Amino acid sequence: MKSCVIVFPASNCDRDAAVALEQATGTAPDMLWHGETDVPDADLIVLPGGFSYGDYLRSGAMAGHSPIMQDVVKKAEAGVPVLGICNGFQILTETGLLPGALMRNAGLEFVCGMQMLQVANPESLFTRGISNRPYVEFPIAHHDGNYTADEETLNRLEGEGHVAFRYVANPNGSARNIAGITNNKSNVLGLMPHPERVVSPVLGGEDGATFFKGLVEALG
Amino acid sequence: MVPITPDIIQDHGLSPDEYERIKGHMGREPNLLELGIFSVMWSEHCSYKSSRRHLAKLPTKADHVICGPGENAGVIDIGDGQAAIFKMESHNHPSFIEPYQGAATGVGGIMRDVFTMGARPVANMNALRFGDINHPKTKHLVSGVVAGIGGYGNCMGVPTVGGETNFDAGYNSNILVNAMCVGLAEQDKIFYSAAKGAGNPVVYVGAKTGRDGIHGATMASAEFDEASGDKRPTVQVGDPFTEKLLLEACLELMAEDAIIAIQDMGAAGLTSSSVEMAAKGGGGFELDLDKVPQRETGMTAYEMMLSESQERMLMVLKPEAEAKAKGIFDKWGLDFSVIGVTTDTGQLVIRHLGEVQADLPVSALADDAPNYDRPYSPAEKPALLQDPVVKIQEALITLTAQKNAADMSVIAEALIEEKLASIDAVQAAGWSASVGRAEIYARLTPDAAADRFTALTDAANNLAETGIVAGAAYDLNEETVSLADQSGADTLLTTLAALMATPGLCSRNWIWSQYDHTVMGDTLVAPGGNAAVVRVHGTNKALAISTDVTPRYCKAHPFEGGKQAVAETYRNISATGATPLAITNCLNFGNPERPEIMAQFVGCIGGMAEACEKLSYPVISGNVSLYNETNGQAIPPTPAIGGVGLLDHVQHTARADTATNGDTLIALGITRGWLGQSLYMHDLFDNKDGAPPPVDLDAERIAGEFIRKTIHDGIPSAVTDVSDGGLLVAAAEMALGAGLGLTLKTPVKNRRAAYWYGEDQGRYLVAVPTDGADNFVLKASMTGIQATKLGMFGGDDIILDEEDMIGLIDLANIHASTLPDLMEQTKETDSMPMAADDIKSMILEALPDAEVEIEDLAGDGDHYKARIISAAFNGKSRVAQHQLVYKALKGKMGGELHALALETVEKQ
Repeated sequence: MKSCVIVFPASNCDRDAAVALEQATGTAPDMLWHGETDVPDADLIVLPGGFSYGDYLRSGAMAGHSPIMQDVVKKAEAGVPVLGICNGFQILTETGLLPGALMRNAGLEFVCGMQMLQVANPESLFTRGISNRPYVEFPIAHHDGNYTADEETLNRLEGEGHVAFRYVANPNGSARNIAGITNNKSNVLGLMPHPERVVSPVLGGEDGATFFKGLVEALG
Repeated sequence: MVPITPDIIQDHGLSPDEYERIKGHMGREPNLLELGIFSVMWSEHCSYKSSRRHLAKLPTKADHVICGPGENAGVIDIGDGQAAIFKMESHNHPSFIEPYQGAATGVGGIMRDVFTMGARPVANMNALRFGDINHPKTKHLVSGVVAGIGGYGNCMGVPTVGGETNFDAGYNSNILVNAMCVGLAEQDKIFYSAAKGAGNPVVYVGAKTGRDGIHGATMASAEFDEASGDKRPTVQVGDPFTEKLLLEACLELMAEDAIIAIQDMGAAGLTSSSVEMAAKGGGGFELDLDKVPQRETGMTAYEMMLSESQERMLMVLKPEAEAKAKGIFDKWGLDFSVIGVTTDTGQLVIRHLGEVQADLPVSALADDAPNYDRPYSPAEKPALLQDPVVKIQEALITLTAQKNAADMSVIAEALIEEKLASIDAVQAAGWSASVGRAEIYARLTPDAAADRFTALTDAANNLAETGIVAGAAYDLNEETVSLADQSGADTLLTTLAALMATPGLCSRNWIWSQYDHTVMGDTLVAPGGNAAVVRVHGTNKALAISTDVTPRYCKAHPFEGGKQAVAETYRNISATGATPLAITNCLNFGNPERPEIMAQFVGCIGGMAEACEKLSYPVISGNVSLYNETNGQAIPPTPAIGGVGLLDHVQHTARADTATNGDTLIALGITRGWLGQSLYMHDLFDNKDGAPPPVDLDAERIAGEFIRKTIHDGIPSAVTDVSDGGLLVAAAEMALGAGLGLTLKTPVKNRRAAYWYGEDQGRYLVAVPTDGADNFVLKASMTGIQATKLGMFGGDDIILDEEDMIGLIDLANIHASTLPDLMEQTKETDSMPMAADDIKSMILEALPDAEVEIEDLAGDGDHYKARIISAAFNGKSRVAQHQLVYKALKGKMGGELHALALETVEKQ
């Protein structure tokens, strides 16, 4: 399986994503610089966490206009699976690939810590591999993770099974405890928690390894 | 040209003698720019003029030391051709004036020191001291500093893995923000600052230069007074985004064979970087300031040379590599400008607007700064603390009812509410009423005068005289209690709860949760452990890092305090299983021109030197911050130590929070019950007398070696060092971490409180599976270490001597709430009781798989019992399960929801 990780200026979880992907796929992903214009053929595109462009203007806003994102959007619309983690999720909402926005945390402070998550839709491409797990634990680390959308969008996301993960104990004020959502075609997942940081028991958990392994299996 | 007047000299923080010395070196009067450059280079901050001769006493060498003090950071060998590079630095003065930017740029500066040398920063730590927690400025300073540290480190993607935070009135007007950074490099890719060779390009990279931070180093070398707020413009403004790009660009360039020398522009910016690089290379620099990238227009040479704008580096490149280097910085969108050339003249020549503006001898600036032997008062050895006693006053008032009287409880309650509430010294009160009688009990805080009870007894008399009751009798009792036996009239576990809620010992989770501590995917032990443990990426090795100092010990006896600070990092690192290798330090003191302050400094250094020597634990980098005082009030002496150790394999990492059910708790080391300078005496009785606990460095070393070996052999399931608060606090922290109760037995008959709360040094607590406990005690004894079985892990409560008990969940809540209560606005809560259905639906929203049964215990819609079965509880301790439910109820516990008894069950 071929995967790639997009590197924006001040992405800072790009290496973590690469480590997790290599562990799950056996192959190191391509690391693609934001200034490129073409994403080579890949089975999975990952937008990593970080502070792309220093979160200036709005988190994810400037990265959403990076040269490479035009091709990422095109590929996503053509059905290529895209996973956006943390800042990656913020970028996905900025490009319109996912609805809604990630606002400043309700408590106004940066929040880091382990979070228990409900696997809200065990049927999705991204969660099939953990469908036997009602809950997983991933860490969070963000300042802007408060998922917000209008009622109609929230109802639609819930009704159509596009809420992929929910917080058990809402850390940031997210509407309906949403931690991660998928797009209409269910090939794009954005989530605030970091599965790539829990890929070994010495790191406090392996749920992230299980998540990536399941995703790789689901992608064939 | 501006004539140099005595006022100008004074404004530059230079003494008349120093000015004469400058003239001697120059052979003429300096101009204003030259004077400015001398003033920063000869400031305390840059020249260490009061501390140099004493710092020389610290041991700095060992086989594993690759580079000791004098470079941007120190370097140690961690095997396999790899090196750990680290340093700690203060940003005290700016953080007090502008907490967010001061702390942020402190973190940014220390990371630059580390990556300048070729290392990728892998862990940030800090040591923070704030004033009294109730001081009006404290809340603002804490929230700003914590947000600043997080704001910079989080964006850089470098985990902030721990540190220490203390509160003491001695820091009310001078907080301390000491930031430490640890990086990893290949030994053949380490970069230094010596700009050897003439004719090489001097290159400026990074952010543009602005007018911020001008004279920051001079500010950091002076005391504060009422007008210190005016110094805000001397605080730098940080941009972690630019620094992240600078980090990646520098590391990319460092992979090439391009750099001769590199130095970050920290304190005193372009001045100190160019002077130090030229001095170490034995040559000179010619700089053309017109080439310096500028953020503002019309900047003068003086402003550019003294600006402390952040995120800038100065490099000397191999001439042939210039184009390649420029390509890398262009890719990262950073300024890259050749601003000068190295020379062999030994002069720093500065041109601006086509003219030479300064021509200065480099060696005079760098190496001929004054080296003062400041007088210091003779060391005094403090007396030992004799066990203090307190007087406890108790009153028992018995009221007899009139015949056919109504319920006596109404009278008893009224008496308590009306009279007891007005006595501010009441520590405990209670009552009971039966038919015809009421008894009211009250106890005063220790040493309160017995006449405080007068209001109560007068009121009771009055009731009898007016015929409301038939009679009133009192039993007033005075008892003298030794605080070594018990904490006044409190039980030992009530005292534990009180201590665990103090600012000194309460949970720091409110702080740590604002730091990203899991980024980079190598954090093995996050904040809150003995030491932070970070894996060396791509290997099975790990580094353990700890920052420590106990300022109240240093104040009482600087020499012992200095020793103890070093020994405590040694102990914290050993408690993870790692071998302590080397330390950095940040020495924070008051005004060195005062002999009593200088005595603190010299004493602490002496103690540190002895400890480093005996523990084979050299100093490889450090920083001195003096003049931490305001209007003549100095901070407590605070030599913060940052220690680094090496774990040969991540599997050999011990943690404090992994005790298992049935483990025996064993204390290692001798407990004499040393109360002098303990938190027990300080924080509960405001008693600051007596000598601090001495450190036996030989015993420290033997205990450290023993604990590391047992961890390596996989014997203990959990390990912690014993420090602030003594044995019982350390034991309670282990219990809270594991989510397991603890049944304890006091091994001594007398001085029980001193046994549990004394702060004797050189001790550890270990949890050992019970079948191995006897063998463990035997092994320790044969090594010459006293080992004492204290109890056993299990259940949900801490139980002491079969008579005293506290629930773990209660203790966890007490421990956790101090900082959030201080920092967060009290939320207005709706006092309407919650309906059972609301509770159920909130739980189900959080835990959709849950089976929830709710019982209204009193039928009043206010006291419930809930039984919840969910897979979310699987594998979690009872404490963690309950905390999950509390969080799911979104803080309504204690507000709308008064009482909820929980039973949580795993779903199979």
